[in-house]
Amino acid sequence: MTGATSSSFDPLIRSAGLNAVLVSFGDALTEPANRAALAFSAAVARAGIDGIEECAPSLVSVFVQFDPLHLSLEVVTAKLTALLAEQDWYAAPMPEGRRFIRVPTVYGTDLAPQLEEAAQAAGLSVETAIAQLSEARVRVQTIGFAPGQPYLGLLPEAWNIPRQTALTKAVPEGALVVAIRQFVLFSVANPTGWRHVGQTALQLFRADNDTPFFLRPGDEVQFVQASPDVLQRHKHDPDGGAVIEAIR
Amino acid sequence: MTRALNVHRIAPGATVQDRGRTGYRAFGVSQGGAADPLALAEGAALLGQSVDCAALELPGSGGVFEATEPLRIALTGAPMRATLDGAPLVWNASHALPAGSRLEIGGVTAGSYGYLHVGGGFDLPLQLGSRSAHLAAGVGTAVQAGDSLPVGEDTRSGVGLCLPQDSRFDGGVLRLVESFQTAFFDPATRDRFTETTFTRDARANRMGMRLDSAGEGFATSAGLNILSESIVPGDIQITGDGTPYLLLRESQTTGGYPRIATVIPADLPRAVQTPSGGVLRFRFVLRDDALEAERKMRDHLRALPKLCVPLVRDPSQIRDLLSYQLISGVTAGDAPYEKE
Repeated sequence: MTGATSSSFDPLIRSAGLNAVLVSFGDALTEPANRAALAFSAAVARAGIDGIEECAPSLVSVFVQFDPLHLSLEVVTAKLTALLAEQDWYAAPMPEGRRFIRVPTVYGTDLAPQLEEAAQAAGLSVETAIAQLSEARVRVQTIGFAPGQPYLGLLPEAWNIPRQTALTKAVPEGALVVAIRQFVLFSVANPTGWRHVGQTALQLFRADNDTPFFLRPGDEVQFVQASPDVLQRHKHDPDGGAVIEAIR
Repeated sequence: MTRALNVHRIAPGATVQDRGRTGYRAFGVSQGGAADPLALAEGAALLGQSVDCAALELPGSGGVFEATEPLRIALTGAPMRATLDGAPLVWNASHALPAGSRLEIGGVTAGSYGYLHVGGGFDLPLQLGSRSAHLAAGVGTAVQAGDSLPVGEDTRSGVGLCLPQDSRFDGGVLRLVESFQTAFFDPATRDRFTETTFTRDARANRMGMRLDSAGEGFATSAGLNILSESIVPGDIQITGDGTPYLLLRESQTTGGYPRIATVIPADLPRAVQTPSGGVLRFRFVLRDDALEAERKMRDHLRALPKLCVPLVRDPSQIRDLLSYQLISGVTAGDAPYEKE
């Protein structure tokens, strides 16, 4: 990870539209900044400040929505500044109840047609690429873009590959895509500028379920290589054959 | 027979919408809900019911409908040609829809999104606390011909009210506040943005609209390597080739393209109702001015029930005048309005 020192960036509070502020813990993705965002978002939710309507962490920031006619920008900034001063958020522990989840994944084939192209961009042979991607134990850094959809990282340095210049029209649900040392696992079919290197049978968003979102920030995931037959076998399992264990 | 509205024909992309969902941003689900929340509130006021009632959102054109039981309806948002068994219906008004009558709603005459409200609201099951379809998130589906939409119990009565026709259906000037990425754009680019006349691209949807303009784009080299960051409705993101997109209530929760500014909430109904090819311009305002606009908007929403007035009808246009109970049971002004 880059930027391992915890105090190299002072948290910034800036307005986002008329009824929100963004509290940022960095301008690049680092492990401490991501920890800080997750922990601070939980703390804002716990604080129950009157007039704050919703908060949500992104990769290194916390989005805080409030009623601007009830709570002025000055007051909300002061309250969040006071909360920031309470502890070293960059050194905060990970969320409770984290899990390690191993997800069967088909790399390449016609199910994930951009593996070779991605390996080439990373300067690796296809075999090395699969080995690195399937052995990496990555962490859910945030959920965003689409329902229950995780950003996961960090991958080895070779995977600091750019997004494509043109969008792929659509990748299917369960698609594993890669760029900038991160995976994104798609929860619904969507266009993307990231490269489609793997395919899972995992259903991340279950609208009718009591627990509609499968992954949570802080969970760790390994995308274990599997054959298309194995994936086919788990087609009707919403967990896609994933093996789940608690992290203690 | 169950209390329902049967759909014989319907425009593609029509969906049931209420005020959307809050509390799921951390899970990647944006608020969604009616593209024009003002039209949703107008329908609630005309029917004297809660703004939480779900309505049918009609993008561009309507359809053909029939009630299984007598219903009260209201028509709001972008004005569309509407008839009941062939007789014209006034837009922005409430009407009786007898069981078995044919309600036909045609194309917009201005604006983009029309709304068909029913007394009691559409009674679809709640998903994540809302009845809104959120097609981008895979929640709910578009309404199709042959569907039968269940209608909730109507505890109120009275039809024949109307609201003054609004002017938000033809584009215009949208007010902006600076946002946390505005500084990625140099002052000259920002000035040029507010001096440019844009047209709404035909491909706009509930997630966002592309803003077309002549001349060069508004690209910034400063923002190409930024992390994906939270989006608010009204954000104007500039894609790599310099094209602005106005992001709406059903947009993604995060995005990686830099945003030049944010349209204030009070101007979003005008923004979404801009018709295809409609002309838009932008103007920065100070935060205090934006807050004043927000205050006015909320005052207006609260006042809507009192602004409803009896529909003036030309008796020669009403075939069955004696069967109409024009304003029975309506006590305008005491609608169970949600507090902000």
